[in-house]
Amino acid sequence: MISYVAALSHTANPLLWILGSPLAGAALLALLPRWRAAAIVNVVVSGVTLAAALTLFQHRPAPTRLLFIDDFNIYLVALTAFVGFTTSVFSAAYIARETAARRLRPVHLRFYHSMYQAFLFTMLLALSANNTGVMWVAVEAATLTTVLMVSLYRTREAIEAAWKYFILCSVGIGLALFGTILVYLAAEPVMGDGADAMAWTLLIGRAAAFQPDLLNLAFVFVLVGYGTKVGLAPLHAWLPDAHAEGPTPISAVLSGLLLNVALYALLRFKMLIAANGHTLAPGPLMVMMGLSSLFLAGFMLYRRGDIKRLFAYSSIEHMGVITFTFGMGGAVANFAGLMHMTMHSLTKSAIFFAVGIISQNAGTKRIADIRGLTVSHPFLGWTFLLAVLAIAGLPPMGVFMSEFLVVSSTFARQPLLALPLALGLLLAFGALVSRVQGMAFGTPLAAAGHGRPSPMANAMAYAPLSAHMVLVVVAGLYLPPVLVSWFQTVAKLLG
Amino acid sequence: MTAILLQFAHILLVVALAPLVTGWVRLVKARLNGRCGPSPFQPYRDLYRLLQKEAVIAHSASWIFRAAPYVTFAAVWLAACIVPTFTTDLLLAPAADLIALVALLGLARFWTALAGMDVGTAFGGLGSSREMLIASLAEPAMLMVTFSLSLLSGSTSAAHIAAFVLSGGIGLSVSLGLALAAMVMVAIAENGRIPIDNPATHLELTMVHEAMVLEYSGRHLAMIEAAGMVRLTLFMALIGCLFMPWGMARPGADLAEIAIGLGAFLGKTFALGTVLALFETSIAKMRVFRYADFLGGALLLALLATIFHYVSEAV
Amino acid sequence: MFAHLSYDVAHLIGATVLMAGFGLLYQRRLQAVLNTFAFQALALAAAAGWQAHVQNAPHLWATAGIALVFKALLVPFALHWLVERLGIHRTVETALSIGWTMIVGVALVALSIMLVLPVTAGAAALTRESLALAMSVVLLGLLMMITRHNAVTQVVGFMALENGLILAAVSAKGMPLVVEISIAFSVLVAMILFGIFFFRIRERFDSLDVQYLETFRGDRQ
Repeated sequence: MISYVAALSHTANPLLWILGSPLAGAALLALLPRWRAAAIVNVVVSGVTLAAALTLFQHRPAPTRLLFIDDFNIYLVALTAFVGFTTSVFSAAYIARETAARRLRPVHLRFYHSMYQAFLFTMLLALSANNTGVMWVAVEAATLTTVLMVSLYRTREAIEAAWKYFILCSVGIGLALFGTILVYLAAEPVMGDGADAMAWTLLIGRAAAFQPDLLNLAFVFVLVGYGTKVGLAPLHAWLPDAHAEGPTPISAVLSGLLLNVALYALLRFKMLIAANGHTLAPGPLMVMMGLSSLFLAGFMLYRRGDIKRLFAYSSIEHMGVITFTFGMGGAVANFAGLMHMTMHSLTKSAIFFAVGIISQNAGTKRIADIRGLTVSHPFLGWTFLLAVLAIAGLPPMGVFMSEFLVVSSTFARQPLLALPLALGLLLAFGALVSRVQGMAFGTPLAAAGHGRPSPMANAMAYAPLSAHMVLVVVAGLYLPPVLVSWFQTVAKLLG
Repeated sequence: MTAILLQFAHILLVVALAPLVTGWVRLVKARLNGRCGPSPFQPYRDLYRLLQKEAVIAHSASWIFRAAPYVTFAAVWLAACIVPTFTTDLLLAPAADLIALVALLGLARFWTALAGMDVGTAFGGLGSSREMLIASLAEPAMLMVTFSLSLLSGSTSAAHIAAFVLSGGIGLSVSLGLALAAMVMVAIAENGRIPIDNPATHLELTMVHEAMVLEYSGRHLAMIEAAGMVRLTLFMALIGCLFMPWGMARPGADLAEIAIGLGAFLGKTFALGTVLALFETSIAKMRVFRYADFLGGALLLALLATIFHYVSEAV
Repeated sequence: MFAHLSYDVAHLIGATVLMAGFGLLYQRRLQAVLNTFAFQALALAAAAGWQAHVQNAPHLWATAGIALVFKALLVPFALHWLVERLGIHRTVETALSIGWTMIVGVALVALSIMLVLPVTAGAAALTRESLALAMSVVLLGLLMMITRHNAVTQVVGFMALENGLILAAVSAKGMPLVVEISIAFSVLVAMILFGIFFFRIRERFDSLDVQYLETFRGDRQ
């Protein structure tokens, strides 16, 4: 509590702005009755958050008991703030069309905007928390806010999706708490009672003295718990429904950000385990879960009829690849994993932006009813095609680079594991390419969508999409040396 | 010498007290139901009346039918003899333990069931089959309770366990609590009380014990009834002795201590009787299909008692 | 003697919480399930109170109070009201027979004891014991969520799981307050959410049975 007050009094701390602005924004938006103004405020607040996040690179605040910024989470904070900002821009355009089509009512929107900021706040808090307990609370709160947003449309399917999401993730988060308590118990004899035994910055230094068996048990719980939120294979059931039934901007942040945050939590615990050195290796477990997610999603991709569900399964696939990669460990694999996390985040949210526009144009989410996008909407169609090819792992985009690194480094170390990995990637690639062909080419069907949006709304919808795709393509062609050296430092941290 | 004397006193006490305990339970139940109820001494009069009456025996009955009441009563009485009531200083105490107790009760049950089938009526067979169902579930649970208690105290002898609990060697043990719960459930089943069986009913669909002894009359019925009363007293004594042996006289006790033990025994028995009556009035009888759940629950509680014992050992 | 007593009482209360967990699995009527849950929460409040006393940690009294007022009184009342109000089916629908559920439950208890005791060799007896119990309660709650169809029983299973977590948290020596309060708050929020959910689901479906929802899965069009 005292440290929290200290953090507050320290106004120069950019973390205060990063966490404070979405929190204040959530309160403000809850009071704002007019949705047009609310959408603008939403964009402005997200912009402030992004600006504050960027200042972190200039001035990194000293860690407190509650919050900290280190090499690892700084880039995730920046990424989250960035995608949060672009999505808020897209969301303004998206909800304008949804409201025009009378699919959403102003009351719902007030709630939606407030929850959007609250959601950003919880994610940023989870990323910057220097306390295992606070991190857990933040992830739990992120679940709660997103549940409310997933059920926004109030349809049967949306309520089913939200219910499933809530039940499964609550259980997952409960198990993660048990793991957190076990870690505290492992740390307590070494660190003494109280908040010290929950602070990442302090724990990591003395992890070698912790009782290894207890950490083993804790890691199993953490893996299952946060793994549920990452959407790893046997625990993924909530993910496709939640992505498919919520508003599209929410699908974009769920896929692009929330999964990353859960994975970040998992990786923090993995770092702790790795720093101990006497535990069972956490790698094989993660490799197993990663591979099973990859294969499950790879096969499921072939039979999807719903466009959002298709890309939800693709998210499961990529989370599987990333978990596999971090499970392998080592400098190259960790490097690839970090890069994949970033690229997936950018590309997948871009895809969801495109999907949002497409389904609003076509008036349906059924893949069979979407045809000839490159003919009817050339810019949208080609960008969408590019994004899907990027996520499928076609060179020269960023995802290809990271996947290439994973496969090659795995071949060098564990050829037997590389085989199923490559197979799974090919499987998913084939599925995505075959699905996207029908949507991108051919003769367009008569659009059943709701009206033409204004040029302003159009620009707001396309700008984030373009920005993401430019970043993805550029990162594939040229990665700045600063970024490379920085990825390498973090890869070393991850062990 | 005192052990012999005390043993005799004990043997007589159990039989003399048993009808009173049953009468007490009936009285409390009647009062709780808002009825006036018979005097607690009514069972003595009932037994006396039955003994006066002529025993009617079916044509199809064999010697088993005639022998069963006596064997049953003898087995139950013998079982009651080895459960310490007011003192642990009994002649038979070293020779008999809880496993023997289970065996004796099983013997009594076996003969009752045989007799139920002997006459060849439909009710008798039905009752026997249900009784065996209950027995096959209750006996493992009872043995499991025995095991967990013997693990705790290091002996299967009731007197030993009582002495161990008295000496404070256990303290507040979870295992003991679980074993008590399991034991109570077993006792309810063994005595045919609600919710397993209703001792007061003669409704075809629900009766178990009464169905088996439907053909008995006169002195045979008296024996069967007496055996039931002694069994109830026995289980109360057993619960009192194993789980709350406070006040029991130990070997070498003087007269005053024995008197205290006696008073404590009477107090515990009537308190348990009151609790039983309360429980029975507040609960409905179970369907036959749920017996397995109920007694399975008892078995699992006993199993948990054993598991927890190992936990406390390990800690 | 006194150290022993504090251990024994904690052990007893913890076991009571666990027994209530078994009780939840044993019940066939919704009302009985809710009452058993209230009892479990009561036992949990006692456990937290006892830990507050033993550890000399006043903030745990708050946890005990929350468990008592919120979980043992308000939540069961609210759920009773919901069941009454919405006319929810009063019997518990099981995926696995009660007997088998209990057997699996005992196996889970044995499993958690076997897992926890060896790995906590260094910790205090009180903590080890409570942790084993807490993990059992968590697993039983999970089992209940898996083997019961009805939405209300699933919610109760989830809250039983939470009870296990709080039992673990209070018995971890000196664990900071942040966690307990936040747990209590998240449960509060969760409850409100569930309430809303019930209404919404009730508005649109004839049953709270989650199975009915499956047929409307968006993918099967």
